[in-house]
Amino acid sequence: MAEQTILGLDPSRIPDILTATWETLLMVGWAVLGILAFGIPLGVLLVVTDTGGILENRPLNRVLGFVVNLGRSFPFIILLVALVPVTRRVMGTTIGLRGAVFPLIVAAIPFMGRQVESALREVDRGLIEAALAMGATPGQVIVRVLLREALPGLIRGTTIMIISLIGYSAMAGAVGGGGLGDLAIRYGYMRFETPVMIATLIILVIMVQLIQWLGDWLARLLDRR
Amino acid sequence: MIRIENLTKVYTTPDGRQIRALDGVSLHVRRGEIFGVIGPSGAGKSSLIRCINLLERPTSGSIQVDGKEMTRLSGPELRRERRQIGMIFQHFNLFWSRTVAENVAFPLEIAGWPREKIRRRVAELLELVGLTDKAKAYPAQLSGGQKQRVGIARALAAEPKVLLSDEATSALDPETTDQILALLRRINRELGLTILLITHQMEVVKAICDSVAVMSQGRVLEAGPVLELASRPGSHLGRMLLPSWNGLTPSPGSSLVALTFAGQVALEPVVTRVARDHGMDINILAGELDAFGSVPVGRLLVELPRVGEELQAVLADLSARGVRWEVVARG
Repeated sequence: MAEQTILGLDPSRIPDILTATWETLLMVGWAVLGILAFGIPLGVLLVVTDTGGILENRPLNRVLGFVVNLGRSFPFIILLVALVPVTRRVMGTTIGLRGAVFPLIVAAIPFMGRQVESALREVDRGLIEAALAMGATPGQVIVRVLLREALPGLIRGTTIMIISLIGYSAMAGAVGGGGLGDLAIRYGYMRFETPVMIATLIILVIMVQLIQWLGDWLARLLDRR
Repeated sequence: MIRIENLTKVYTTPDGRQIRALDGVSLHVRRGEIFGVIGPSGAGKSSLIRCINLLERPTSGSIQVDGKEMTRLSGPELRRERRQIGMIFQHFNLFWSRTVAENVAFPLEIAGWPREKIRRRVAELLELVGLTDKAKAYPAQLSGGQKQRVGIARALAAEPKVLLSDEATSALDPETTDQILALLRRINRELGLTILLITHQMEVVKAICDSVAVMSQGRVLEAGPVLELASRPGSHLGRMLLPSWNGLTPSPGSSLVALTFAGQVALEPVVTRVARDHGMDINILAGELDAFGSVPVGRLLVELPRVGEELQAVLADLSARGVRWEVVARG
């Protein structure tokens, strides 16, 4: 079929692969911003409203906990379809980058909330108490003590979240967002072009390794304990 | 400076039982003194000190700091008051992600001080606690004693009226404990800062406290100036400081008497003078000499070959010479 190949890969597929890589990066990048914007406040709320927290509010804590667990129980593929009407209203479209980013954000917020929660719980209660004793407001405790002291843990949690997101983005891509997952399905699976499949896998492996390495490095750099 | 009246704190455990951590505690800490609260763990000391800046809300009772009733303050008022009350902790509670200088700056940052003023104040405080060369170090790089000195600098940053010390030397080795106590004493003298500390270490009370309260099971058993309490016959503090002398019996015609000498009298040859004046031999059975701050306190258990009215005459003479006594057993 193809006259010249690179390890069996038709060179005419390379622009497609590059485009798909860029699409994945865009999808994941925008989703990460959205997830952090909502996931961090959610995690903070889960911690500070808990029993003994600085803004204890047990009813709110229970409701949040329930909603988070609910969100996490939905298989992503179901959520993706169920969210279609909401996606259309919020983003104006259900296809392309915009259509794919929205369900990714919604699906990962509860997960990120729990990651943030567990990072914040690692902060010694004594530090919060010391800050309160110095006259800090709850807002100052959250920003200057909880989030700041938990930064290495937050980075580790974010790393885990981004890597799961890359996996999810394959599914979101398949419903119209493009990206490497979409490419792998269309060429590799549907057309039996195994080399395209392998190329996308190699790119995904490199991406995941790089993100993990970068996350570990940054977390270690900021960990002063 | 701190006046606590009838303070009660009741905790409810998850299984619904009620625990009285503080049971009608009243205390008065005078301006400029170092006041120690001593007692075994579980005595309620920790609840007491945490109630003062309302880290814990008391169940009932009153806490006045510099005339302000703490229990009635609103949120913003309470925060303003807390800035006037420094606190140091057993485990230091330093912010790991901040350098020494940034830790000390924290109370000033949250109080909204301008950057330049913070920088100058932090330099001053690091100088005071002798950590100028560690300004850029992180807490994890410091020894326990250095960490507590950072804690002290941070507690003093906003120029508080009162310093609360929650077992500040309990996690330190004896030598470091002495250094930290000396620093607290110096701060107390130089800045006129009132210090309320809780501890289970008698050395702390002996070394730096002017006044002391002995707590047990949520109650204050006794309180007063350290010297007076230590030399008061039968006091709990005296018993904690000095060996118990139960179970000894005097020979017939003699009495066992515990003598306490505090201050100058501890350095005078009172016993031999009394023996000579009354023409008797005094048998010394046990004794201890100690120091509170720089004041010597001695206690002796002696056997006096006197009973009845003759004994009373000797005891009156001892009182006249400034010796406190307690008859332990009569023959």
